[in-house]
Amino acid sequence: MTQVTGEVQAGIPDGPKGAFERFGGGIGSGFHAAQAGARTMEVDLRLAGMIVTLICIWLGFGFASNGLYLTPRNFYDVSVQSVPVAIMATGMVLVIVSRNIDLSVGSIMGFSGYMMAMTQAIWIPTNLGAGYGQWYIWIVALAVGIALGALIGAIHGGLIAYVGIPSFVVTLGGLLIWRGLIFKLQQGQTIAPMDDTFSVLGGGLPQGSIGQWPTWIVGALLCVGIVYLLVTSRRKRREYGFPVRPQWAQATLMIGGCATVLAAMWVYNNYALPPLLATKYAAAHGITEPAGGLIIPVGLAWPVLVLGGVTLVMMFLATRRTFGRYVFAIGGNPEAAELAGINTRRTIMMTFVLIGILCAIAGGIQTARLDAGVTSTGTNYELLVIAAAVIGGTSFAGGKGTIPGAVLGAVVMQSLKSGMVTINIDSPMQDVAIGSVLILAVGIDAFLSRRAK
Amino acid sequence: MSMATTDQLPTKTTPLVEMRRMSVAFGGVHAVQNVTVDLQAGEVVGLVGGNGAGKTTLIRALSGAHPADSGEILIDGQPVTIPDPRAAKALGIETIYQTLALAENVDASANLFLGRELKTRIGSLDDAAMESATRKVIGRLNPNFKNFKTPVVSLSGGQRQSVAIGRAIHFNARILIMDEPTAALGPAETAQVRDLIIQLKSEGIGIFLISHDIHDVFNLADRISVMLHGKLVGTVNKADVTTDEVLGMIIMGKLPSEVSQRELAQLHG
Repeated sequence: MTQVTGEVQAGIPDGPKGAFERFGGGIGSGFHAAQAGARTMEVDLRLAGMIVTLICIWLGFGFASNGLYLTPRNFYDVSVQSVPVAIMATGMVLVIVSRNIDLSVGSIMGFSGYMMAMTQAIWIPTNLGAGYGQWYIWIVALAVGIALGALIGAIHGGLIAYVGIPSFVVTLGGLLIWRGLIFKLQQGQTIAPMDDTFSVLGGGLPQGSIGQWPTWIVGALLCVGIVYLLVTSRRKRREYGFPVRPQWAQATLMIGGCATVLAAMWVYNNYALPPLLATKYAAAHGITEPAGGLIIPVGLAWPVLVLGGVTLVMMFLATRRTFGRYVFAIGGNPEAAELAGINTRRTIMMTFVLIGILCAIAGGIQTARLDAGVTSTGTNYELLVIAAAVIGGTSFAGGKGTIPGAVLGAVVMQSLKSGMVTINIDSPMQDVAIGSVLILAVGIDAFLSRRAK
Repeated sequence: MSMATTDQLPTKTTPLVEMRRMSVAFGGVHAVQNVTVDLQAGEVVGLVGGNGAGKTTLIRALSGAHPADSGEILIDGQPVTIPDPRAAKALGIETIYQTLALAENVDASANLFLGRELKTRIGSLDDAAMESATRKVIGRLNPNFKNFKTPVVSLSGGQRQSVAIGRAIHFNARILIMDEPTAALGPAETAQVRDLIIQLKSEGIGIFLISHDIHDVFNLADRISVMLHGKLVGTVNKADVTTDEVLGMIIMGKLPSEVSQRELAQLHG
């Protein structure tokens, strides 16, 4: 697997130290110990640090809100609200890694989401005269939006890679163009209603989750996947006679991974439908409601499932396919990539096609969540998406970043935002806090990588 | 009659590489002008000249990094076009660039196989197979090399050089271009590279060796081509010349036959 954490093994520098240096040295030596541990475990130290940070954020808001924050319902909401930014951030990682930027993601998201809404609320039912409620509407709507996202990405990528216009310029233009076109499409109207099946994508209750047993099945499959990957990669390294991580580290990763997955599923299944919705559900399914009320576990949200799928596919592309390898190589040294015979232009263009598709998926989810196509969908999201990628360890110098890091970055930002809402911090202060976290995260990165040298 | 015989039996007299009347210009600057050089199998041709003489530019036309404006390249007597690095590699031409051309953020095997990755049945990267091959080829060059999983940026100059050289020799090159292969190396590592060149030569690989170090070139090359201001001064057999005469070619652009003893003496100031 391509290691792009940029860790460097080194000792702590000698020499006289001032107060600040001693302070830094303390952090530094702790950092070096953690680094040594991470190397034995062969895990990404930065990612582990983010998980710890996230848990601290949750616990902190949990205390501050007297436990209100640490409810299954809140975790459900935070995870669902993180999805659009997280999905786009997985693509933004590859774009930034290859030394480009995409400022148009919010507009592509809005444009393709709006087009999905028009497809299902106007074009198919009215223009084609098929009426509402056709079984295929959600598929066609998604396909139209995703195809448009890919096309827009291809136009941007083509202008950047083949014509040579800087990505900052092309996507800044794209930001204005696609947002502008949304308003021209239907005089800025809100498009409704959405198809029932399509709405499932939004994660709204009661239809937006997969239910109790499917949630456990997803959890079980993930555990099988974790064990399978760890065992096969170890066996393969054994076959070649390479060093493998010690048994205890292997076991820790396996148990830790599976426990995390099952704990998440347990949380989802501990969120029961709110009483009103449960009553509706009972009526719809012909169940007589018992005296204490119905307990119907909600389970995993559909959009979170989509995010999980997107994350796995993007990790696969980034670390297991030549495409991802080329993206990182281009980011590390564009000239070297060219001299190695890589088709760098096509690779760059593909990163933009990919992020276009991801924007469309995010747009679909957001449109489904709002249950309407609105002109403002995705406004300012480019900033959140870039921030998620950067908090997740993506470097603007290029060549460095991870997909899970970006997803975690999005979850960290949403956790902070929701937490501050819970403890009544107003919206402007939320922005102040998230902006500070962004700078702090990159600052810690810079500090630690300097100490590592 | 002898000509006819040669044509029918193109044996070792057909050069492995011939670059004929090569010219490369950048804007109005003629970086390489009408240069003709050739290389036999199992031969080392030293390409020398001062800064800006056009050595690297000439060789970049052969490696596909920057195609020539005019001229002709023949491999085994057959004319070829080399529009990009991929075409050069397909012809068995491998290059060790002065800059090494490594992607600093990925590990040794990712660099060694960059653009030519080994894949599993489903077309994914076969990292274990690539690491195994990398350990073999680099182990041969540099037995002390251990950091196969760290990004190249954290390796020493000699280790990075091993990766670049390993990449050039792993794919059964027939023609090797080495641009200042020892510039960044210590004495022990330089000796290793020298041994390697001698070994590769004995395996029948043709090598273009670009170097500032006239002694390096004298130790290793069979013939020496000297360039000055983008033009070829001449190509001489190493056995026929002294280092002073080659210096005279590099600095004054004069062939040994054209230069006086007085001028040669002046070279040493």
